[in-house]
Amino acid sequence: MDLLNNLALGFSTASSLANLFFCLIGVLLGTLIGVLPGIGPTATIAMLLPITFQLEPVSSLIMLAGIYYGAQYGGSTTAILINLPGESSSAVTAIDGYQMARKGKAGAALAIAALGSFFAGTVSTFLVAIFAPPLTEIALQFGAAEYFSLMVVGLVSSIALAHGSMVKALAMVVLGLLLGLVGTDIYTGTPRFTLGIREYSDGLNFVAVAVGVFGIAEILRNLENEKSRTVLMAKVSGLMPTKEDFKAMIAPVLRGTVIGSVLGILPGGGAILAAFASYTIEKKVSKNPQEFGQGAVAGVAGPESANNAGAQTSFIPLLTLGIPANPVMALMIGAMIIQGIVPGPNVATEQPALFWGIIASMWIGNLMLVVLNLPLIGLWVKLLTIPYYVLFPIIMAFCSIGVYSVNSNVYDLYSVAFFGLIGYVLSKLRCEPAPLLLGFVLGPLLEENLRRAMILSRGDPSTFVTRPISATLLFIAVVVLVIVFLPSVKAKREAVFQEED
Amino acid sequence: MKILNAVLGATALAALSLFSASANAQGYPERQITMVVPFSAGGPTDTVTRLVAESMSKDLGQQIIVENVGGAGGTLGAARVANAEPDGYTLLLHHIGMATSATLYRKLPYDTLNAFEYVGLVTEVPMTLLARKDMEATDLKGLIDYAKANQDKVTVANAGIGAASHLCGMLFMSAIETSLVTVPYKGTGPAMTDLLGGQVDIMCDQTTNTTKQIQAGTVKAYAVTSPERLDVLKDLPTVKEAGLPQMEVGIWHGIYAPKGTPKEAIDKLSKALQVALKDPNVAARFVELGTKPSPEADATPEALKAKLEGEIARWKPVIEAAGQYAD
Repeated sequence: MDLLNNLALGFSTASSLANLFFCLIGVLLGTLIGVLPGIGPTATIAMLLPITFQLEPVSSLIMLAGIYYGAQYGGSTTAILINLPGESSSAVTAIDGYQMARKGKAGAALAIAALGSFFAGTVSTFLVAIFAPPLTEIALQFGAAEYFSLMVVGLVSSIALAHGSMVKALAMVVLGLLLGLVGTDIYTGTPRFTLGIREYSDGLNFVAVAVGVFGIAEILRNLENEKSRTVLMAKVSGLMPTKEDFKAMIAPVLRGTVIGSVLGILPGGGAILAAFASYTIEKKVSKNPQEFGQGAVAGVAGPESANNAGAQTSFIPLLTLGIPANPVMALMIGAMIIQGIVPGPNVATEQPALFWGIIASMWIGNLMLVVLNLPLIGLWVKLLTIPYYVLFPIIMAFCSIGVYSVNSNVYDLYSVAFFGLIGYVLSKLRCEPAPLLLGFVLGPLLEENLRRAMILSRGDPSTFVTRPISATLLFIAVVVLVIVFLPSVKAKREAVFQEED
Repeated sequence: MKILNAVLGATALAALSLFSASANAQGYPERQITMVVPFSAGGPTDTVTRLVAESMSKDLGQQIIVENVGGAGGTLGAARVANAEPDGYTLLLHHIGMATSATLYRKLPYDTLNAFEYVGLVTEVPMTLLARKDMEATDLKGLIDYAKANQDKVTVANAGIGAASHLCGMLFMSAIETSLVTVPYKGTGPAMTDLLGGQVDIMCDQTTNTTKQIQAGTVKAYAVTSPERLDVLKDLPTVKEAGLPQMEVGIWHGIYAPKGTPKEAIDKLSKALQVALKDPNVAARFVELGTKPSPEADATPEALKAKLEGEIARWKPVIEAAGQYAD
């Protein structure tokens, strides 16, 4: 039983005292930033990157991973209690979770979210353990053509499931692709769109753009309605859900886990898409769809399980293919490279202790989160009472230090400021920054692999359809597009988003 | 004996500094020194720098802080040091790219040969010539024949313009006087992955990146570019043995200071470098990275200056023949 041996190796690695400690730090920090609006796992991981040089590779990756799924938990806490999703993936949870809280069922809602997430986390940890190695086998058959087609699937799915206007999502993806063009063309060495500034010859710094459009823009947005930001310390009484609640949550949790696990693997989707998809499906299968938006248990249990399962399985492409499924995963790749581990198909065989240690730590981290999350709710909510005039300068200072420390490049700070303004303007126009960032991450990969595939095929474009894996992926992309544009699906999709507003 | 030498040297320096404390730079170093690495943290060059800097700190009695100023093929970091105060407190550790960027970049903000003082050579990392696992050729001669016979089909991967694998690939093509299909990647990782998967045919890269794969048999190795065979890859012939002596090349690393840095500071730094390169801890880690410390005679300003001048002259025609520039 290879799997059992591997898991045993993983658990023995992850349960060393030091690794347990870093796992705890990670999930604590993750929960903290999840609760704090404006500072997300992307900025936090970016900030902590230089610190991880001093740590063992396993410890540092366990800690960073802990931040990632800790943030998923923390985000739901504020989403439920005060209708303020700390993370974009918990935006869905806020719809019905906040309604439950207003009805005095805050405790039940938090418990449902925590337990649903824990179940999903457990299942998807084993999915990662079982399916990661077979995927590793396939990975080596992935050439430039296959990667290109995979990026197409990722981009198409991110447009298809983005919330809000599809045209705007498309525009954001394209803007992201264009921003990704800045820098030196690797095939000819020609600088593109660098405005003659040599500091931009390696492209715009991903962390700077991310911190700008998410972090700084979020702060600007929050400063706008300072007065309306009151903490409704809704009564948190009766922690445990009732028997009926348990009954109502089982099916949605199972469905959410499946949806999250599948979508998490797709690059460009992950937890956010999973949460939206789960909400849509729960509403569709429910006997009482009118309950949704009024505090439906399924509306909390499904999306919460889905986003946690997705957060977990988005490690599969990272660990087996070395492809980031989302911006946080892109930073994890950076962290691995800093540790001298080239992420790719060989991580599992070359670094088994690291590979299985991370997988095992996911489950341990999830357990820690359940234990931590419920008793600490009161404390988390208190953090939100820190006045913004104290909190925001601190956040901005940390963001700046974090970005500057990556390359000691002052032009990266100019990027932060510029993209902070861009992010704010975009949010005023109700444009999502997430598709922009995904376009920015995937665009260069798309171009690079397209051109490489064409070089390798000596200019023959049929390479994309004659190679079986590439053809299959392109077919999936077409299917996704068709589903999105089918009128009935489109109508349903819009109905969901209207309620969310 | 080495320790005794170091102690004697340190005592002598301490005595010297007592006598001339008033003279400028003679008390050097009085505060911490910054050593700029023009690449991001975690890569082979960064590791080399951190190892050497830590050991040199002990000899100098002042901390050396490593700062990563990556970007534009190492020219951003080099430019920063070229423009820094020439007081001996800002140094640069750069590799062969210092010489090749003089030709690869047509507009550099500094004059490579006149903007720096030289401290010494640190190490020279050998390269290995590889092909995908199922390549038919069994030796280098066979590989050259195959490449010449299929020159519009054979692909050569590299990790991007200016990368060691790019330089070595150009050198290979120039040595066999055949132009093959160049396939650039962003970094060694993806290039190596495609070589493992048989998506590309040939790659030449530093032992730091290739030794593990060669040992595992996931790629076919044809020759190593060092003058002697490597201990870790005993069966692999040198390029000279395999009949391509023009391909002898190493990724050499050197330490520089801004032009005008006082000679006293440079001398102290060279001495500290020589001591650091004899540090058994440094040597052991270098072996892990697939290289070894430069001999004492090379860890001198003269040796580094000669190396840089020689290498600029050597690479200029190779790069110009390839016609590929980085700006």
